[in-house]
Amino acid sequence: MAQTLFALRGPVSALALSFVALLGLMRLAQAVEIQEVTSPKGITAWLVEDHTVPIIALDFSFDGGSAQDPAGKEGLTRLLAATLDEGAGEMDSETFQSRLEELAVSINFSTGKDRFYGSLRTLTPTLEEASDLLALAVNQPRFDEAPVERMKDQLSQSARRNESDPDAIAGRSLAEAMFGDHPYARPTIGTAETLSGLTAADLESQQGKLLARKGLIIGVVGAIDADTLAGVLDKVFAPLPEEGQLIEIADFEPDFGTEVNQQLAVPQTTILLGLPGLTRNDPDYQAAFVMNHILGGGTFTSWMYEEVREKRGLSYGAGTSLSPYAHTGLLIGNAATKADRADETVKIMLEQIRRMAETGPSEDELQSAKQYLTGSYPLRFDNSGKIARQLVALQNAELGIDYFDRRNSEIEAVTLDDVKRVAKRLLADKSPTVVTVGPKQG
Amino acid sequence: MNPSHSRHATTSPVRRLKRSIGLVLVPAFLLAGGTALIPATAFSAPAATGNLTIAPNLESFTLDNGLQVVVIPDRRAPVVTHMIWYKVGSADEPEGQSGVAHFLEHLMFKGTHDHPNGEFSKMVADRGGQENAFTSTDYTAYFQKVAKQHLPLMMTLEADRMENLVLTDDVVTPERDVVLEERRMRVDSEPGSRLQEALNSITFVNHPYGSPVIGWQSEIEALNKEAAIAFYDRFYTPNNAVVVIAGDVDVDAVHKLAEETYGKVARRAEPGERVRPAEPPLAGERRIAVSDPRVRQVSLSQTWIVPSQTTGKGRTPEALDILSYILGEGPSSRLHKALVLDQEVALNAGAYYQGSALDDGRFGVYAVPRPGYTLEDMERLIEAELHKLIETGVTEDEVERARNSMIASAIYAQDSQSGLARLFGGALTTGQTVEDVQTWPSQVQAVTPEDVVDAARTYLASVPVTGELRMEPPVVPDAAQSDAPQMKDKS
Repeated sequence: MAQTLFALRGPVSALALSFVALLGLMRLAQAVEIQEVTSPKGITAWLVEDHTVPIIALDFSFDGGSAQDPAGKEGLTRLLAATLDEGAGEMDSETFQSRLEELAVSINFSTGKDRFYGSLRTLTPTLEEASDLLALAVNQPRFDEAPVERMKDQLSQSARRNESDPDAIAGRSLAEAMFGDHPYARPTIGTAETLSGLTAADLESQQGKLLARKGLIIGVVGAIDADTLAGVLDKVFAPLPEEGQLIEIADFEPDFGTEVNQQLAVPQTTILLGLPGLTRNDPDYQAAFVMNHILGGGTFTSWMYEEVREKRGLSYGAGTSLSPYAHTGLLIGNAATKADRADETVKIMLEQIRRMAETGPSEDELQSAKQYLTGSYPLRFDNSGKIARQLVALQNAELGIDYFDRRNSEIEAVTLDDVKRVAKRLLADKSPTVVTVGPKQG
Repeated sequence: MNPSHSRHATTSPVRRLKRSIGLVLVPAFLLAGGTALIPATAFSAPAATGNLTIAPNLESFTLDNGLQVVVIPDRRAPVVTHMIWYKVGSADEPEGQSGVAHFLEHLMFKGTHDHPNGEFSKMVADRGGQENAFTSTDYTAYFQKVAKQHLPLMMTLEADRMENLVLTDDVVTPERDVVLEERRMRVDSEPGSRLQEALNSITFVNHPYGSPVIGWQSEIEALNKEAAIAFYDRFYTPNNAVVVIAGDVDVDAVHKLAEETYGKVARRAEPGERVRPAEPPLAGERRIAVSDPRVRQVSLSQTWIVPSQTTGKGRTPEALDILSYILGEGPSSRLHKALVLDQEVALNAGAYYQGSALDDGRFGVYAVPRPGYTLEDMERLIEAELHKLIETGVTEDEVERARNSMIASAIYAQDSQSGLARLFGGALTTGQTVEDVQTWPSQVQAVTPEDVVDAARTYLASVPVTGELRMEPPVVPDAAQSDAPQMKDKS
């Protein structure tokens, strides 16, 4: 918890460091601050320096994710994430993995629809070797046949499992219904068929398209100073090409109002509701965030939780969430219930949505929501990895280095009128897409 | 955040797609028992920290009513994790009432005389706090994570619901439906979970570890207010609980607060020794196959009953930990190397040691065959690797690699305040002492290659209990299944 970002207060004093251009500095707590570090070769990262534990967490993201998969090559970006650390430079897969193990270093890659993510975890004495390995993985991956085939087989196995998993089927059905023929509708993991056709040449091509300096975002937390970090940044990221080759992804409004019933012999019906949501840069985002918290957010006090679970025992989980993407947004509701109570559950969930659109919450409910959302914000930052991910997420969303400072006052500023207005905007006069996956009824 | 989930300390036969030191070892390590809050200066190289003490600044005291309080100061941020652990889990349930420990865990959120239903959670949420609870075979735990100024309130509320729970049928009945939905979601809808449940039930045929923590469906359906209250009155008493507080606190202040809150709760019961029916040695081979029309990938899972951290003598538990790592946890583990990398017959293969248990625990192996290979192939090849290990031993280099990884994981784990609290809470409710946990790294460091082979020869040379997840079509046609959505607990 060393780096928990607390006692959000006052802005920015400058700090000069030898050869490191320090553009901004946020005070977040007594001893915690975000530094913006730019390396001699021009790579920029946000750093929270803390020497309490001898750990360094480095997270980063590149512009472009699975939505960049070429048509017919679904799963390519996901496969890239699985193979970058399967051998690089002179080291084959086994040697590379074995070296990571010996050093107790972890390197991971993953992909979202819009961005490609990576992370490094190392103890301080192994930083030099850890960053060497990361530099190799990012710049000189080998894509040897054996590990590529192995990863394809493992991903195919997951893709096949998804074909019979109720949650995965529901998620895919919702994406198809709401995203239509937009690239977002494509499955990130691909299918057994598309995965089987992927080659090392595809991986090299995708690596060249995504892994570039432009759009690169980095967040670092732990026992490392700005000078040392600057050296790491140059070693790992400076050799990357200046620009990738991204295809343009169009902004769009998701479809809604369709009903999808998928029959599956399972003992429970999975329910997903979907409505258009907001992108993160929408001026109404914080108001929508507060509204969603009251409607179906994470605590045991939301309307969905109360009406679906507490009062009626319909479902173990019942909630709603906002999913902002770069080019659209969704508001999704979820529950899972005994098949013969599925209709009742959907009805209760739709009633909460209607109630939010028509009457909205009370002033008390708004106050409670704001108290929770502001009071719990610091709890999000309770280990180095989480803070590093937040540093990346804030930059991805272009929220600014002072966001930690602003965030709670933005929540505080949300009024009852704001919540009611955004509830109307998002929920009124719209039938959600309703997806049910479960046994045949009647 | 899912409220009130039951925690099954098992490892899925189909693990993460990709291994990684940080993500796989830390949980494995947390099961095994050991993490460190050590100064950076104590650390020189990944290998050189075997003599470190975990949470050296931890303090523990016991109130007059028998409640143990463990305080782990961690001043890095003004946050506190407050947990109460009751020494009662599913293995302490009356016969025929499987699931009552977990059901009571859900019902503990239903309010007291002073704080009626919903008020507890609202008071936590209004202060920005996060809360939840979980149940295992040996313990039931509740926790809140809050800004430090709210700790006294959390202690007051938790002490209140230790003795003043009020239940009515109005809240109990829908909550039983919630638990049944939870079971459908977690077990019945997941072929892999169904196999684990079935395999577990034939691994432990007499000991209550064979019953699922969440309970058998028919027995959950029969639970009621009276059963829950009887269980509550028998086990929820200060002399059967451990409070763990980790975070930005002063030990003396916590001691005073504990006296003022928990100290006021009278001993409500004398639960006595936790003696469960023993598991007899059984003749013959035990094997179970779960088929499900939704299975797209077959898998094999085998278990042995082995000593736990608590029942194991000497270095046996640590040797089993290292054995598990060498056999099937690290990226260069023997099963992965042989089955996945060299022979290319498996998509995945590994091992685990579930050593956190009051009574004997389990050692498991698993494999997922590549297309063209069978579960029989997997079984034969795993047996061959085990045989080779027992016959030709393990190298000092392998043991060193395992020790390093485990101890490095301990250093990574210190990053999490709630992880430390969980570590000690879990150990203290499964028969371990504070010292057992604190000295875990030196016990790991002391393990020799001979210890590892001895452990393998002693515990894994017998025939394992075998579970198979198979693709065969169901006995019941789809249409009939839709009419009767309950699946059988065992196939």
